Amino acid sequence: MVSVRSVYTQPSSLTFSDLPWIIEHREDRCTLCGQCTAVCPKQAIYLTYRRQRVPKLDILKKKRGNEYRHFVGIRQNTEVDKMCIGCGMCSSVCPNEAIGPVPNPNEHRSRFHMDQKGDSWKRGGRRNAPGKTILDRLSFGRISMLTDPALDAGRHEFNTNTILGRVLPPEEYIRRKAAGEWIPPTREIFPFVIGSMSFGGLSPNMWLGLLQGVAYCNEVLGIPVVMATGEGGCPPWVLKSPFLKYIILQIASGYFGWDEIIRAIPEMQCDPAAIEIKYGQGAKPGDGGLLMWFKVSKLIARLRGVPEGVDLPSPPVHQTLYSIEESVMKMIQTLSMAFNFRVPVYPKISGSTSAKSVLNNLVRNPYASGLLIDGIDGGTGAAYNVSMDATGYPIASNLRECYQELVAQGRQNEIPIFAAGGVGKNGNVTQNGMALIMLGASGVHIGKYIMQACAGCLGNELGRCNVCNVGICPKGITSQNEKLFRRLDPDDVAQRVADTFSSIQTEMKKIMAPLGRSQSLPIGMSDALTIDDADAAERLGIKYAC
Amino acid sequence: MCRLALKTADIPFSPYEVLNGMEAMQEGYDGSGLGLLLRGVSFEDYKYKKEEQVILSGIAHTEAAVRRLQRLMEERGFEQDYDHRFKVNADLIESKDRYQYIVRVYKKPEGLTEKELEERLMQTRLFLRRNGEEHGNDLTVFSFWPDVVTIKEVGWPLEVGDALGLNDDRIKARVVMAQGRQNTNYGINLYACHPFFIQGIATMTNGENTAFIPIKEWLEGKNIPGYMGYQSDSEVFAHILHYVTKKLDLPLAAYKHVITPLKSEELDAHPQGDFLKGLRTSCRRLIIDGPNAVIGTLPDETCMLAMDAKKLRPATVGGRPGAWAIASEMCGVEALVPDRDPTLDFQPMREHTVIIPPERKELQIWSQFDQFTLSQAA
Repeated sequence: MVSVRSVYTQPSSLTFSDLPWIIEHREDRCTLCGQCTAVCPKQAIYLTYRRQRVPKLDILKKKRGNEYRHFVGIRQNTEVDKMCIGCGMCSSVCPNEAIGPVPNPNEHRSRFHMDQKGDSWKRGGRRNAPGKTILDRLSFGRISMLTDPALDAGRHEFNTNTILGRVLPPEEYIRRKAAGEWIPPTREIFPFVIGSMSFGGLSPNMWLGLLQGVAYCNEVLGIPVVMATGEGGCPPWVLKSPFLKYIILQIASGYFGWDEIIRAIPEMQCDPAAIEIKYGQGAKPGDGGLLMWFKVSKLIARLRGVPEGVDLPSPPVHQTLYSIEESVMKMIQTLSMAFNFRVPVYPKISGSTSAKSVLNNLVRNPYASGLLIDGIDGGTGAAYNVSMDATGYPIASNLRECYQELVAQGRQNEIPIFAAGGVGKNGNVTQNGMALIMLGASGVHIGKYIMQACAGCLGNELGRCNVCNVGICPKGITSQNEKLFRRLDPDDVAQRVADTFSSIQTEMKKIMAPLGRSQSLPIGMSDALTIDDADAAERLGIKYAC
Repeated sequence: MCRLALKTADIPFSPYEVLNGMEAMQEGYDGSGLGLLLRGVSFEDYKYKKEEQVILSGIAHTEAAVRRLQRLMEERGFEQDYDHRFKVNADLIESKDRYQYIVRVYKKPEGLTEKELEERLMQTRLFLRRNGEEHGNDLTVFSFWPDVVTIKEVGWPLEVGDALGLNDDRIKARVVMAQGRQNTNYGINLYACHPFFIQGIATMTNGENTAFIPIKEWLEGKNIPGYMGYQSDSEVFAHILHYVTKKLDLPLAAYKHVITPLKSEELDAHPQGDFLKGLRTSCRRLIIDGPNAVIGTLPDETCMLAMDAKKLRPATVGGRPGAWAIASEMCGVEALVPDRDPTLDFQPMREHTVIIPPERKELQIWSQFDQFTLSQAA
């Protein structure tokens, strides 16, 4: 036996069975083309020459000896920074299906060593909590069986749109209309909104593809989809284009990109759909935005007004402001004024036990146009793992208690609440979204689902990929590296955006028709919902059915 | 499903006529209840004056309730002028806890403005209703208003009519709304029976209101007295009509724009599109989804009919100058006004509101695509 001391080992020395993903390689199929090792974003695999001893015993000659077989094979890196992320690009390029990652069912010892050089584990992606969510478990049970004729999802007309913006009570609307006073701006939009993903977080091709797709949805399909920018501004050519009306501009605590936006105001052909003020994000509450240096390319640096190649961590709070009440009031008013009170301005907060207080504050602010609450299952381009895994508040009950608060005040039509965080996490995007709408949301924001459905993001709830933060996205969705993002054709993304929203709209009709609803979005139609969990039913104020 | 019949005529007629009309529409109906609302009331043995008197309608289920009612009304300063008694055949009534059907005429309180009077009458009705509920539901109150009598009972409509002796012509009216109720998911509760009444406004509806919960929650949130009950999903139609005409002071034509607003592209081309779009947004929670036909009457004896936006519930209006009928089935109209020209019968489409003005000379068919008078905001 070889002495233990001669084996090279350190505390963080790992073997492939310690890693979350194990590369399975079939030598009998491998053509040694090298494509897998070239494409691997992590350099998790490399070609090696190997020697295999073949013992040889010649009985007649009474001779013993060895022969050696040499072959070329693939070996898996076990260093933490090079370990396989399971993206599967190797299998997608392999001509012979000779290689691919498989999830390691063993406990992952690598988890204890992700903080090399004292740097806590940062990643992109999601919370990594597989299994059905509470939203997946909600079903639509109030089937309209009492009366026929029932609605026909394929033939009847359905109104699937919602309202974004402050809505006046009818008495006040009529009074102001007669007096010629200001009426807060509203937008009629599709209730599934492409949630905030920044220009910088996303690659230029991804962003372009989304915008093209959104424009197609609006102008050809007649589905008024809007998309939010996230922090980091908006390319100047978009700001001055007629497509701005499909865009919700986000302002966040780093104020990145707002120089460009403010400068572009005089040249804007139309108003943006809305302004979103980001106070929090469900995936990483209490944390500001983070664009890691890998992704601060020349273009991004110019757009954000910063030097190239530096980390861009936004502060957790809006600077110079002293409380959220003050902040919300000042920022909403300032931004409303910047766009001459023609654009809805609303804050986005992370789901929280204190969401209701923020909401009550907004109710009293005549310029507040809505509230977006982002739950724990939301995604992010970059954050500390601990924030993503352990911080946050689930969206369903948070939304519900906020909506019920508005109902108690009779204000549920005045401040639209939008919900986000895990909508479509397991693919059931329409079901999840409609469940939230029936719990009281005026609409939902979807980010991860869009990346997966429209651009083929490889991430999943088992921790697959999750490297959006370091700019090595193997599909070119969240990379600023031209070699990577040219893999993504904007036209293809646009096509998928159109596919996705057409399909969501059809599924909405398939949900609304049996409930007997077609004339208006069933916001707050909680009597339609059932769940097979008595506690959840009680918490959400819906029916328990089993 | 519910069967609805309304007749309005210059010459007062017996409500039994309308029950016969209901009989013509008996198919597809389980006859679990009857609701009747009469306007332009005349009693055979009493000269009723609507300018000076108000009528309380309801049911006292015990003798104690009758005595309490007497006392409560006196305490609240209402002087009774007349107590109409039906010739009741109790054997024909399913329920055994009906001590007395109340139709009592009181002097109108003096020295109040019209608004104050309306408030006072409604508050009194709500007070009596609460009082009945506090005493084990021994008192049920349907309406308290000038010139309105309401009768609600469980059972087959014609049998209820026979039980109350409605064919003896002792009570007649110029407008009768009748609903043969289908007992659905809300249990047999007299308060769940149409027509629903609030401050002079009454509606009845067939079909199911699938948007009931969001509408109900919004109306309740307005904290307007009288916006309560909701034992039936159709009660909200009456309250929306009340809200639109009394609280928003909009013309009757605006009701349809609230419950079934036009689509955005249709409003873009509408002469009042800008106002109506805003109204649609502000009143978004009042959008109904049907399938429904809503039949309503107003204090001035105006009658109206409107459909849901998909027009999945049919209803027909027909008649001649002086007598008109609205019914959920064509055969109902035929039974109510046989001496009319049936070729002129009209079935409103999704954009129509049919209005029979109090003069009863002709029908007004108002379309949502038309401009309407809007003094305040035009």
